[in-house]
Amino acid sequence: MLILTCPCCGVTGEETEFHGGGEAHLTRYGPGSTDEEFQAYLFRRENPKGVHFERWRHVNGCGKWFHAARCTVTLEVFGTYPAQTLRPPEDLLERIREKRPGWRWKDLS
Amino acid sequence: MSTRIATGGRLTDRTKQVDFAFNGKRLKGIQGDTLASALLANDQMLVGRSFKYHRPRGIVASGSEEPNALMNLGRGARFEPNQRATTTELFDGLEAHSQNHWPSLEFDIGAVNGPMARFLPAGFYYKTFIHPRPFWKHIYEPFIRQSAGLGKAPDAETKDADTYEHYYHFTDVLILGGGVAGLQAAQVAAASGVRVTLLEQSAHWGGRAPVDGGTINEQDPDVWVANTIAALQQMPNVTVRTRCMGAGVYDHGYVLGYERLTDHAPEAKGPRHRLWRIRASQVICATGAIERPLSFAGNDIPGVMLASAVRDYATNYAVAAGDRTVVVTNNDDAYRTALTLHAAGLSIPAIIDVRAGIADSPLIAQARAAGIRIEQGRAIAKVKGGKRVTGVVICAQAGSGGSLDDIDCDAVAMSGGWSPVVHLWSHCGGKLHWDTAQAMFRPDAERAPTGAEGTPFVACAGAADGYFALQEILNDATETALKSVTQCGGSVSEQPQTQGHSLPEAPLAPVWLMPQGATHDRRAKAWLDFQNDVKVTDVQLAAREGYESVEHTKRYTTLGMATDQGKLSNINGLAILSDALGADIPAVGTTTFRPPYTPISMGSIAGEARGDLFQPIRKTPMHDWHEAHGAHWEPVGHWRRPYCYQKAGESVDEAVHREVMATRNSLGLLDASTLGKIVVKGPDAGRFLDMMYTNMMSTLKVGRCRYGLMCSENGFLSDDGVVARIDDDTWLCHTTTGGADRIHAHMEEWLQTEWWDWKVYTANVTEQYAQIGVVGPKARAVLEKLGGMDVGANALSFMGWADGTLGGFPVRAYRISFSGELSYEIAVPAHQGRALWDRLLEAGAEFNATPYGTEALHIMRAEKGFIMIGDETDGTIIPQDLGLDWAISKKKEDYLGKRAQQRSHMTDPARWKLVGLETLDGSVLPDGSYAIGSGSNANGQAVVQGRVTSTYHSPTLGRGIAMGLLLNGPDRLGDVVPLNKTDGSTVEAKVVSPVFFDPDGEKQNV
Ligand SMILES: [Zn+2]
Repeated sequence: MLILTCPCCGVTGEETEFHGGGEAHLTRYGPGSTDEEFQAYLFRRENPKGVHFERWRHVNGCGKWFHAARCTVTLEVFGTYPAQTLRPPEDLLERIREKRPGWRWKDLS
Repeated sequence: MSTRIATGGRLTDRTKQVDFAFNGKRLKGIQGDTLASALLANDQMLVGRSFKYHRPRGIVASGSEEPNALMNLGRGARFEPNQRATTTELFDGLEAHSQNHWPSLEFDIGAVNGPMARFLPAGFYYKTFIHPRPFWKHIYEPFIRQSAGLGKAPDAETKDADTYEHYYHFTDVLILGGGVAGLQAAQVAAASGVRVTLLEQSAHWGGRAPVDGGTINEQDPDVWVANTIAALQQMPNVTVRTRCMGAGVYDHGYVLGYERLTDHAPEAKGPRHRLWRIRASQVICATGAIERPLSFAGNDIPGVMLASAVRDYATNYAVAAGDRTVVVTNNDDAYRTALTLHAAGLSIPAIIDVRAGIADSPLIAQARAAGIRIEQGRAIAKVKGGKRVTGVVICAQAGSGGSLDDIDCDAVAMSGGWSPVVHLWSHCGGKLHWDTAQAMFRPDAERAPTGAEGTPFVACAGAADGYFALQEILNDATETALKSVTQCGGSVSEQPQTQGHSLPEAPLAPVWLMPQGATHDRRAKAWLDFQNDVKVTDVQLAAREGYESVEHTKRYTTLGMATDQGKLSNINGLAILSDALGADIPAVGTTTFRPPYTPISMGSIAGEARGDLFQPIRKTPMHDWHEAHGAHWEPVGHWRRPYCYQKAGESVDEAVHREVMATRNSLGLLDASTLGKIVVKGPDAGRFLDMMYTNMMSTLKVGRCRYGLMCSENGFLSDDGVVARIDDDTWLCHTTTGGADRIHAHMEEWLQTEWWDWKVYTANVTEQYAQIGVVGPKARAVLEKLGGMDVGANALSFMGWADGTLGGFPVRAYRISFSGELSYEIAVPAHQGRALWDRLLEAGAEFNATPYGTEALHIMRAEKGFIMIGDETDGTIIPQDLGLDWAISKKKEDYLGKRAQQRSHMTDPARWKLVGLETLDGSVLPDGSYAIGSGSNANGQAVVQGRVTSTYHSPTLGRGIAMGLLLNGPDRLGDVVPLNKTDGSTVEAKVVSPVFFDPDGEKQNV
């Protein structure tokens, strides 16, 4: 059972306090998009062995959504940040670069 | 025979006699016995039958690794199956029954399986019982069902009489295992001042050291153990518990402890089990090691036991497994058993040591000096006996089993070496490496489980870490504890000094089969997994049939899949598989260790969450009235809603019928408070709702209502309800009863994660209002009788709402209808709900005001062809399937689900669509009935062309009505289709419009 810190209210809590919401930083495709674009948006997901960016909601707490950068193998949590962004904060990316040289995730590295 | 030895027994008090019963037979034990030691003291060698072949089985081990001695314990509300005799502490009045036998333990008809063993090879379930097909139902399945299953399930009607609890605990260093390693680690860690917790699964501290001998600080280990635990118990930063097992290690330092508080004292007050939910910064597994059996023919005959267990019974409980015990081993440790028994005056006819030509180590020399016959390079060809051991046949380990000698004996003490208990280390991803010299998997400290910071949080100490000499164990425990303390940010200034001494040992010989060239017949009697009846030949067969992965072999043979999770069998089975595959053991690898370490009670998992405390119940302000007036409850989410209100002498069906008719004819009242109510407010609220709903909500006029549909981004219909525009920037969205929290979360998700720059605020105000449906031809009359606001056809037209007062209550009245009747939903502040309800009943008395429940609600909506989320929808239905195109805006560029609804499968004209169905004979169609097409599919199943989604008896129409989805349905009005019934027959139904009643809406437009 993971421990996560909600960046919105500052509470550090057990996983049961939160609810996972799948991959972070998806770009929404709506009417006008091609079948390929729309299906990729709806169904195609990263499944990395290593650094991953995912969505969480502090569902039994402040109710806010946030993102977590986490290693799917070691369960290390590199950091959490509010969901209202298109890109993880630069200091977090720098921290991951230090710990995992050469990592890649979609267009991030 | 197995007996009580005249003196000794370090854990027992023989002045205190304990009475117990086994299979109804009254027996006597002594204080401190386990059920296993007491059974052995009474010469009860045979304690159960094996799972598959019903072979006679005896006690093998002395701890939680025991595979055979599983008991049905207790009776009635305290009955529990599959309890290990070896970990069951004896108490006065204990009742145990053996398992897996019929009609009796001594004589078992199922044992006819035994001679049939060659017809039940590995994977026999998959092979044997496939053909001929019809045999499955009538012959194979009944046979398997009769043979399958360990123990007896408790009576389903009986409720567990005991209580259980959860306990939250936070600590810096958690140590699992209270042997020498655990105690040393605890005292080192405790000296640093950090919070230390030490858990021991048994009732005793010290682990194996007091039995195995040696000295600590030049004293008997018992002395050091007693002093150390006494000192720890005095320290304010230390928590210690016996009878508390580390059951599982999980992510980020979460650990479950399983404490058995009253199993040994059933009369004691308080909870029976306590589940410790622990968060630890660092976890030290000082879980010891488990001895491995050896694989030889007849190694499962009662009387063949682990050498360490034989030693435990003799030293701890003064119980001799036999008068004459043959020791068979591939290592020095089993010599300790021979020496212990010899010292107790028991006979050791021989030590059979597979190792040829080894020099005398101190233990071998001691055995020799004691005059014990030692046969080196020898093996057991087979064990003689049936329900108990009568002797062994000796052969050369190097050969194929030719007899060299017969030795009479009544017990065999076997040792195949030791395996560190790495289960808890492995639960959260700790990796292992193969130690060739000691022939065992041990923790690889370089690949430890890591926590949230990416640093290791589990370490092993002592035997669990692969160390067996006392000094090495103590050193390892000290080092491990120091590292853990450092990880917690602490430091130790003064280290407790502990010196251990134990005899050096000669290396073991990795022997996995005895003798090396054993014939097939012998291998087919050499058991690997005692509990699941897996033999050496089964694993070899699996390898021949192409099962190269250890995980596949495990499932194919069922090796290690029983309740003991292969504690004794894993390594031996793995070694046999590796040999058959011609690969190294580490190359084949191990199966995955999963929590819990040993089974824990369901009660402890549930804790206090049972009965009334299982789940909170949500009650509307009118709940008590419903309860007092015959409510037949229906759970809806966490709510309880009246399904109907039964009057004296009335059946449920009669009550529903009465409620529908009263509403249609005069006046019905519905407690609609559970409907979800979400306020959406802000400058961008209209724009936002246009995305949430398929309809246009931004153009809704203040004072008006609109029925709306919500879809997932996948296009599927997710919820529906009436939306009211309250003012320029405020909307109130009604959701289904079960959907309020989900839809509120759905709105918040899109607001927070996609359109976070939109100025919108949402609030779930469901519980702030009580809401009452006032329904029927007399609805307006009763409201006018209350008086206050104008509820006339012009002032409050259909799909309008208005604020005002009624009978002095501040209300918001919505003119909406889910029944087709003239209908108002009246919302009041929740605390006034009950008063308004009472007032409406009183005023409505002259109109036969009739409260109605959810079933009448459902019937009336079906009569009108209104869909119900969860009936007409199941997560695969789009609004277009239900003929709801009118509620989908054509003008909007976008809404959630719009793009998905353009995908080819969604626009396929062959999608089943909503119709009404009327049986020709007027009967009610079964729920879930399928419309049968013509022909059959590739699996020989009938082709179907539709299905029923809602079906009722309509009191209004006096016949069965149904809604369903049908291929080309709307184009087939008037067709007759066959629908299947549960008895296999079909019933014919005419395809009609789903609006069965008042299609022109004359009743509501008044
Ligand atoms: Zn929060």
